[in-house]
Amino acid sequence: MAQIVGGISTSHIPAIGRAIANGLQEESYWKPFFDGYPPVYDWLDHVQPDVAVVIYNDHGLNFFLDKLPTFAIGAAAEYANADEGWGLGTLPPYAGDTDLSWHLIRSCIADEFDITVCQEMKVDHGFTVPMSLLWGRQKEIPVRTVPVSINTVQHPLPTPARCYKLGRALGKAIRSWDSDAKVIVIGTGGLSHQLDGERAGLINKEFDLMCMEKIVNDPEALTEYSILEIVRNAGAQGAELILWLAMRGALSKNVSKIHSNYHIPISNTGAGLLVLEEAA
Amino acid sequence: MSVTKLEAREIPGTTIFDEKQALKGYQLNKMCYSFNDATCRDQFLQDEDAYCEKFGLTSGQRAAVNARNVLQLIEAGGNIYYLAKFAGIFGLDVQDIGAQQTGMSVDAFKAMLVAAGD
Repeated sequence: MAQIVGGISTSHIPAIGRAIANGLQEESYWKPFFDGYPPVYDWLDHVQPDVAVVIYNDHGLNFFLDKLPTFAIGAAAEYANADEGWGLGTLPPYAGDTDLSWHLIRSCIADEFDITVCQEMKVDHGFTVPMSLLWGRQKEIPVRTVPVSINTVQHPLPTPARCYKLGRALGKAIRSWDSDAKVIVIGTGGLSHQLDGERAGLINKEFDLMCMEKIVNDPEALTEYSILEIVRNAGAQGAELILWLAMRGALSKNVSKIHSNYHIPISNTGAGLLVLEEAA
Repeated sequence: MSVTKLEAREIPGTTIFDEKQALKGYQLNKMCYSFNDATCRDQFLQDEDAYCEKFGLTSGQRAAVNARNVLQLIEAGGNIYYLAKFAGIFGLDVQDIGAQQTGMSVDAFKAMLVAAGD
């Protein structure tokens, strides 16, 4: 059966993609952020995942309000990136793994998660920026991918508790996949930020650091928050914490924290990074 | 900021994009969604009124578009993820629109973000 090697959660701010494209990693604004990543590269070299299940949110590239799934899983051989309208360069497509996709879909639906199945799925910065951060320094991205999209655009969003449970269903599915592959689960986005309204620019360091601590050994404490409580504390787009919770749900109860980094600000955001290794 | 567990529908300075906003802003958001496509961005720039007309924007939405005013666009039902594509046409990033919405200069807005790390 397949093995989960661990999980990573990382911010997916578009400006990061632009900084990578323009080689700004050593500039003073960016250095404290990018300096958080070499320990992740070392860990990835050590665990050598074959497949990444990437839990992210679409920001209006693949999905519009005409048909907006709460939970969607890609089931394509390949996932294309495309123009998002504000100038981030389009990246080459990402390899899929349809065998794992359909296994996840079957298993999650059997577990009463009514997944939208996407045989075509364009992936936006929520997916591509973490891929660039984790593997962009390599000539080719060495993992196949399965995108899992969670709605953070239109309320009601799925509750934190529900997203954590989806993560558990995904974890159970991965562990029952008839494959010798090593799988990493990635949750993208966050942490606190708000782009819209008179309260734009909100960043809440105290709340973010609390979340980064709790999610390691007491993630269920975070599932007690409602979406509105998270928005109140972490900003309108701070609701992306649910993507981190879904990642955490896929891992076992006991995990080891390999590495973390937190830096304010990147763009309008408190940027978080967390690497958790599955207990052997 | 402190951590609060208070539940409230009303969050100051924040418009939750819920069913009310989604209904009100559908056409505006649909137009902004079209700006993923460079051809559509060009069409908008060539004839803004005709482009808004094509999507059936209300007069309030048209006025907000004409004013390039993000708070008005949100009031008119705009969702920030789609509005970001509209702002992108004019080369505005999230610090520019943050400054506009808070009534600060861009430099002051950026300084506020940095200060959140102290």
